[in-house]
Amino acid sequence: MALAATAFALLVFSSFIIGQSRARASAGSSGLKLHSLPNYHGCYVALWAGVPALLILLLWLALEPVFLRSIVLDTIPERTASMSEQQLSVLFSEIQNKADGAFGITAADESLTRAIDSYKSLKRTSHFAMLAVFFSVCVLCLLFARSRIAPAFTARHAVEKAFNAFLFLSSLIAILTTIGIVCSLIFESIRFFQLVPFTDFVFGAKWSPQTAMRADQVASEGAFGAVPLFVGTILIAFIAMCVATPVGLFAAVYLAEYASKRTRVVAKPILEILAGIPTVVYGFFAALTVAPYVKDTAEALGLAASSESALAAGLVMGIMIIPFISSLSDDVINAVPQSLRDGSYAMGATKSETIKQVIVPAALPGIVGAVLLAISRAVGETMIVVMAAGLAANLTANPLSNVTTVTVQIVTILVGDQEFDSAKTLSAFALGLMLFFVTLLLNVIALRIVKKYREKYD
Amino acid sequence: MIDRRSEEYKKRSGDRMARRYRADRRFRLYGQAALVFGALALCILMVSIFSSGYTAFFRTQVALDVELDPDVLGVAAAEQEHLSLEQADYYTVVNRAIYNAIPGELERSDRKLAKGLISNGASVELREMVLENPALVGRTVKVNFTASSDLDQLHKGNVPRDVEEGLRRINDKQLAWYDRWVQEGRVSSTFNWNFFTSGDSRNPEMAGIGGAITGSIFTLLCFVLSFPVGVAAAVYLEEFAPKNKWTDMIEVNINNLAAVPSIIFGLLGLAILLNVFNMPRGTPVVGGMVLALMTLPTIIIACRASLKAVPPSIRQGALAMGASPMQVTLHHVLPLALPGTLTGTIIGLSQALGETAPLLMIGMVAFIVDIPGGVTDPSAVLPVQIYLWAESAERGFVEKTSAAIMIILAFLVTMNLFAIYLRQRFERRW
Repeated sequence: MALAATAFALLVFSSFIIGQSRARASAGSSGLKLHSLPNYHGCYVALWAGVPALLILLLWLALEPVFLRSIVLDTIPERTASMSEQQLSVLFSEIQNKADGAFGITAADESLTRAIDSYKSLKRTSHFAMLAVFFSVCVLCLLFARSRIAPAFTARHAVEKAFNAFLFLSSLIAILTTIGIVCSLIFESIRFFQLVPFTDFVFGAKWSPQTAMRADQVASEGAFGAVPLFVGTILIAFIAMCVATPVGLFAAVYLAEYASKRTRVVAKPILEILAGIPTVVYGFFAALTVAPYVKDTAEALGLAASSESALAAGLVMGIMIIPFISSLSDDVINAVPQSLRDGSYAMGATKSETIKQVIVPAALPGIVGAVLLAISRAVGETMIVVMAAGLAANLTANPLSNVTTVTVQIVTILVGDQEFDSAKTLSAFALGLMLFFVTLLLNVIALRIVKKYREKYD
Repeated sequence: MIDRRSEEYKKRSGDRMARRYRADRRFRLYGQAALVFGALALCILMVSIFSSGYTAFFRTQVALDVELDPDVLGVAAAEQEHLSLEQADYYTVVNRAIYNAIPGELERSDRKLAKGLISNGASVELREMVLENPALVGRTVKVNFTASSDLDQLHKGNVPRDVEEGLRRINDKQLAWYDRWVQEGRVSSTFNWNFFTSGDSRNPEMAGIGGAITGSIFTLLCFVLSFPVGVAAAVYLEEFAPKNKWTDMIEVNINNLAAVPSIIFGLLGLAILLNVFNMPRGTPVVGGMVLALMTLPTIIIACRASLKAVPPSIRQGALAMGASPMQVTLHHVLPLALPGTLTGTIIGLSQALGETAPLLMIGMVAFIVDIPGGVTDPSAVLPVQIYLWAESAERGFVEKTSAAIMIILAFLVTMNLFAIYLRQRFERRW
């Protein structure tokens, strides 16, 4: 494998040299001036040598398992005749694993051995055929490209066109990511809503996703009412925003309007450090330090508190979001034109009156946008709540009890055994879909508000 | 008509001014309080992590006299071949050494207690030592064995010793032995190199972050692929794309993608990369791809901003000299925009290094002892290791978790300092 890769790299590199020297030679022999620099001719040949072969390699790798599967399964018709699609894929992956020598088990019965042997030999043939096709395509394309080189050949245009295509494809990846997210969430969610009615999911008040693995198992039916999760998410996000909004806003106002340059130099990095700390660290801090403290304090006040309270998770999440709000609002406050401040001071207003009555109202759309973005961040935050909030889906607004959130449930459902035909596993995707659309909505609104606001003062 | 010269008016307006200035000072105080709150939160977080974590860099060890009797080991002295040494019975030898270090006859239950003071990994330590130096067989040597986690925590003072016996993991008998060992000078403490080199373990005293660091490095290697793609996308959007609805849509899309919760990218990886493309679960290659998709918008936005900052005169100058648009971009504009792009990429890299949630979705939470050897080996990464240890019940993992956090923070600080250095060294203001 490494050998083939090295050979390929050498081939591409030498095709560059070939193209270059061929261009120089053709210019020398004909006495004509080259249209493009020799380097472009070299790039042209190298691109031809490399790209088509790589595309064919990808296609081969994508199609190989499909063909192998149908051929291998056809060698044992007596076994596969009565099997369902799912059983067939289980059987095939068993054959694959055994052929690859995983688990070190040899097959017990004769037909399976036959299938494994045929799989092995086919795989080997396919491997050699692939390498042969790959390198012959590579060399053929190289020769073709080399034959086109002439002084008047516009190699630069061709290379630039190829490069432009690469740039365009790269920019498409962002779109493809979005499409991938939406498709994966929607397809799995549709399968989920075939098992559980949509209204039960959105309006149901009981969440216990345990479903029976076997038909005869005595287990709960599974209840997929997501209201407790929504309430828990909103509760924790609300606590977080109660901490982050005032602190972040006051910090931003102070830094933008009052602070001396020296204070800013010290204070800004502190807030940036808060923003750079990984969320898993905040989660550990919440679970190790804050949650016991909250519990002890609540108990000292005579209140019953659970050891994994919404309050602890919310407080720490609020600390995490402070720098988010402060830096965004700092930007919008700085964007308020100086003339508004000067006008206010000229009327005899004090600094705080100017801030309260002129600057903040002027910057309000931007601040609202920042807060909305922060809410979307709080709703989608995962690690802090996974580590510090609970698992039990309690429908309560008491910040001292333990609640669970959408993200916690997604993690607990998908970490561990997954079965993509059970409502339990699929419900994680339905929750993900909800989360995606809510945060998307918040983001779109916030970004639009911020953009409008920027245009206003530009 | 108000008489502005009356004493009454002056007094009232003076009062009003004083009140307004008081309000101003109060407002200012709120701002300062907010900053102090932020700084305080940071301090408490750091202090709580550091104070519970620094002890993990030290390892408690107990010196025991080990009698490497060939008969007990199960190797005949004549044929000290490598193979038989590898499979020798070090367990019994270590146990005898432990019992010998305690005076008096030990009952069956006492033996169990005694073994509980030394790590389960002691026989492995001895094995490695003997394999390195086979000449030791047949002699009696003093060996420093790693203490068990319970003893380790007690020795470091992380768990109190003067509480009721029932509240301690080490009972009174073990405590007496430990005190005796301390008096005999057997118990010592060294720097814990193991912590940096070994993989995960069920025994806290043996667990290390070597595997997680390697996994993180492999993951970030795959992640680095997003750099050329991000730069290419930014160059296309900024320099070549026609201004129309389609490119507007791409732009809005990128801005929104930057704010999608990270866990959603994990779901994408699970549904598409694992289930559709059948890529191997829990491996750095999948983790790196998911993180790359997640951070791509950040890189694109940073790169576009620095492309925008290059003045148009550079482009016009190059065009006037007869360069093609592609040459203008690749030879002139992009090199000038590269420092800003690199800074943005490093910040994206540090985000990716600390990200946990999407990696949980693609199965990077398995318990993995071996240090991964390539991008397709299942592995842990630093933040996931922190999560796994934080969820473990043993007391000994608390200090390990904190220590791993200190390591990851050190990585992040280094990366960010490097980004700041790059910015100050290479960024040009026009």
